Amino acid sequence: MKKFLLALRLLRRNAKSGEARVLLIALFIAVASVTTVSFFADRVESALNNQANELIAADVVVTSDKPIDVRFYDEARRLKLTEAEATTFPSMVAGDETRGQGVNLAEIKAITAGFPLRGKIRIADAQGGVDRDATSIPAPGTVWVPDVLLSRINARVGDELKVGAIKLKIAALVVKEPDSVLDYMGIAPRVMLNASDLSATKLVQIGSRITYRLLLAGDRKAVEEFSATFKGKMKRGERIESVRDARSEVRVALERAQNFLGLAALLSVILASVAVALAARRYSQRQLDSAAMMRCLGATQADIFSLNLWQFLVLGLGACVLGAAAGFIFQTALAAMLTGFFTVSLPAPTILPALQGLAIGMVLLLGFTLPPLLALRKVPTLRVLRRDLDPFDAGASLAYVLGFVTLAALIIWRAGDIKLGAIAVAGFVIALAIAGLAGWLLIRTTSSLRGATSGSWRYGLANMKRHAGGSLIQIMALGLGIMAMLLLTLVRTDLISKWQGNLGDNMPNRFVINMQSDQLDQVRQYFKEKNLSIPDLYPMVRGRLVEINDKKIVPADFKDERAKRTSEREFNLSSSATLQADNKILAGKFWAPDDIEKQFSVEDGIAKSLGINVGDTLTYDIAGSKFTGKVTSLRKVEWDSFKANFFVIANPGVLDSYPASYISSFHLAPGNESVVNGLVQRFPNLSVIDLTAIMSQVRTITDQVANAVSFVFMFALAAGLVVLYAAIASTQDERVFDAAVMRTLGANRKQMIVVQLAEFLAIGLLAGLIASVGAMALAAVLSERVINVPYTINWWIPFIGIVGGAAGVALAGLLGTRKAVDSPPLATIRELG
Amino acid sequence: MPDSISLAAKSTTPSTPSTPSTPTTPIIDVQHLSKRVITADGVLVIVNNAHFSVSRGEAVAVVGASGSGKSTLLGLMAGLDNPSEGKVLINGEDLFALNEDGRAKLRGRLVGFVFQSFQLLPSLTALENVMLPLELAGVADAESRAQAILTRVGLAARVKHYPKQLSGGEQQRVAIARAFVSEPKLLFADEPTGNLDAKTGRAMIELLFELNRERGTTLILVTHDLGLAARCNRRLVIDAGVIQTEDAAQAMAM
Repeated sequence: MKKFLLALRLLRRNAKSGEARVLLIALFIAVASVTTVSFFADRVESALNNQANELIAADVVVTSDKPIDVRFYDEARRLKLTEAEATTFPSMVAGDETRGQGVNLAEIKAITAGFPLRGKIRIADAQGGVDRDATSIPAPGTVWVPDVLLSRINARVGDELKVGAIKLKIAALVVKEPDSVLDYMGIAPRVMLNASDLSATKLVQIGSRITYRLLLAGDRKAVEEFSATFKGKMKRGERIESVRDARSEVRVALERAQNFLGLAALLSVILASVAVALAARRYSQRQLDSAAMMRCLGATQADIFSLNLWQFLVLGLGACVLGAAAGFIFQTALAAMLTGFFTVSLPAPTILPALQGLAIGMVLLLGFTLPPLLALRKVPTLRVLRRDLDPFDAGASLAYVLGFVTLAALIIWRAGDIKLGAIAVAGFVIALAIAGLAGWLLIRTTSSLRGATSGSWRYGLANMKRHAGGSLIQIMALGLGIMAMLLLTLVRTDLISKWQGNLGDNMPNRFVINMQSDQLDQVRQYFKEKNLSIPDLYPMVRGRLVEINDKKIVPADFKDERAKRTSEREFNLSSSATLQADNKILAGKFWAPDDIEKQFSVEDGIAKSLGINVGDTLTYDIAGSKFTGKVTSLRKVEWDSFKANFFVIANPGVLDSYPASYISSFHLAPGNESVVNGLVQRFPNLSVIDLTAIMSQVRTITDQVANAVSFVFMFALAAGLVVLYAAIASTQDERVFDAAVMRTLGANRKQMIVVQLAEFLAIGLLAGLIASVGAMALAAVLSERVINVPYTINWWIPFIGIVGGAAGVALAGLLGTRKAVDSPPLATIRELG
Repeated sequence: MPDSISLAAKSTTPSTPSTPSTPTTPIIDVQHLSKRVITADGVLVIVNNAHFSVSRGEAVAVVGASGSGKSTLLGLMAGLDNPSEGKVLINGEDLFALNEDGRAKLRGRLVGFVFQSFQLLPSLTALENVMLPLELAGVADAESRAQAILTRVGLAARVKHYPKQLSGGEQQRVAIARAFVSEPKLLFADEPTGNLDAKTGRAMIELLFELNRERGTTLILVTHDLGLAARCNRRLVIDAGVIQTEDAAQAMAM
């Protein structure tokens, strides 16, 4: 206790001196940036999820071909989730035949109060009328229908519609339903009615093809818990879906968003830790004399260690708490700035990011202050007589290793993705090693460089060799710092715009399904007539995977939910002569168009969950007969390309004998809706699915991520400045002292500036060069391997890195040593000598 | 010549084992102390077989030219550095039988220092600098004792000043106050006037000797200032690491 109080007194005294300030600022920025990013990412991620959840009208949906089992209701109620139900099935509906109104196949959708739990149904009171958010569900005795149904049966709002055994009044037109994407393959117009009218229709009977849905929404944790409860405990015909399961495009976009935010956050952690490491090292170095003096005055090694550790802990905790508080305030301001951007309100922040920030701050502090502290313990007491004696402690070097390992773990944790984190850590470790090696080589070769230069330049380069240890640390720290900033610049500009560019204006926004083979030529002709480019048409054959390598598949054997589901129901096989542009072969070889042997190419994700490899034999049950082929390649699919894509495709011709329907996607320019109406009128069996809503969701996600990354960039900039300052400060005393000596020997101002400039330019150039190469290499690996965005070299990066590095370091260096040039040399020598 | 001194050249006394201190035990007993370092040119002997002891209350000057090894000898006597061979007993305790921490504790208990470059902690005020050894030892009334000794050295008005706000002489007064505040039995001073002008240096020496007398401290100072050396009871002249002569009579005559 006594030691603690003494440490507090020493801290109070040291804090005034200013040496502690850099450390305080470095920690503050570290914690504030990490906390802000966590807070923000946490809330944005929740908001993005909520917003994406509008696509399925809920956070999670339980679907079954039988009435939903009571165990789902029990769990949902235990977790206090909000619920609504939707029951859908196909049925014929009819207008008033006496008035010449027709009949049409429709999809009946009976809903309960509260539907939709996420998003809104848009309705209009009349055809062509202004649409608005529905505030309730259809009243009992009424239905809401889409315009297309009314056109087909020639009816109007206010007329009656016969649904099964009863007649219901058409009360409104449905303009937009939030969950239309769930019924991806739903081909008939939707008729929405109140669930209380359902039994009266007498359509629900044994053998009816009914899909029951229980929609749930609520607290994210509770929703996750709900899904987790039933993981692996689903009965046949039951499934739980979130928007990620339902829509690959949204899943991919959300994952990518997480990767970007994670990457930005981890770069800010790297920058902050470089700053903290430098600041802690300098703080400890400045304590060397004091420690030696205290040893003289009777302090034991343990005293020195504990006194300094307490100071660091109190200082660190203070900085961390302030940083976490600032992080909270910053993110509140940021959230306020973004109000209106989201269609859903940002969820309230949780305390977790603040705790994470605190934890990271303390880990950084201990990871990087323990090594110099341990060394401080071993300071030779003789230093009071001979100042040049520095402590050496092998244990301290080991502690640095510990610090780095901790930091690596932290980075991987913050990245939220092991692969992303591991690549980033490996990239930075390699860069650090290269920076160290290159720095060492440079310092070694300065003697030969010195011969080639003259005057002040020679002294500047000689200084670099004299400060070898310090210069090396400067090169490594600045190299890492610049690399992190360049990488963040690349993420913020190139990678995100590449992603946004992927979602260009001409992306397909309509899917056409259910085309029959005899209609293909006519459909092509229709597109030609309308001056639209003719889309690719892909066959779809429904089949169920029954055997892998002649071994019968038992769905229950799969642990993976997706694998279980895939193996238990039919899905679409397609065939293609060539590889689609948005597909990439990962293993094996894509077939030649004239291969006649039966082959499959499988999407790598589904291949992984089902355990399928190149060379395996797959057997499908297609319309009762078996179809067997060999897997010759695995493909990666860009699911967010908005083009028709398939988990499994076969080589051309081999599926021709099976019944197929065709699918295609195309881009429809706004205002061109008549083309779709014309298409559907000419080919009434076709269904056109509008993907605009999903696309705008994905665009929202990319825009939001771009915003968040820009914000993180500001923090990185601040952390970068601290790194620069701390790096310059790390050798400031030696420099100022050297300069004072030179001044006394008659050096003029210009000569002294050149001496400093030579040294800083060399350090900045080298750090910038290593950083540029490192950042470009790491960006290339990350974009190809993790973010899945194609990478092209941006030649501005080495330019900015090298020129910016050299200029920035030189400027900061000159500012930092201005004192040496401007103050009377004797004062400097007295103070530092 | 006092009996307690035996110069290396004359001595044949074997090393004595560490014994508990008695009033007659020398405060410091240096036995066959050597320090050698290996350099590019071979082995360099910095201190060669130094052998002497100092009685309580004495003032002894170690004099010699630059590079003669006097500061190294001081470092060894205070346990700041390890010898190649030999022993140092302070108050009967074998310094090098203790580990680093043991030596630090012994210093805290028995030894004070005054350095040429003052060695004040820049982040602490004059008062705080003086309080530090007491605080490290866990003494309760550190502040009042520090205040009292600062008043004694004439700095009552400047206790709140930081080292860089004080002149060289004032800094050295703070250093002297710090050295005496823990009432050490033995005070080492390394060129205490080296960084001061002649007048201030003289004033500092007066202060040092006054305090030495008042508190009965044993003083060992390293200097090349002959005036200062002359004020001591005895002088040990060191040349190339070897203690050459000892001249007590001249000191007495001063």
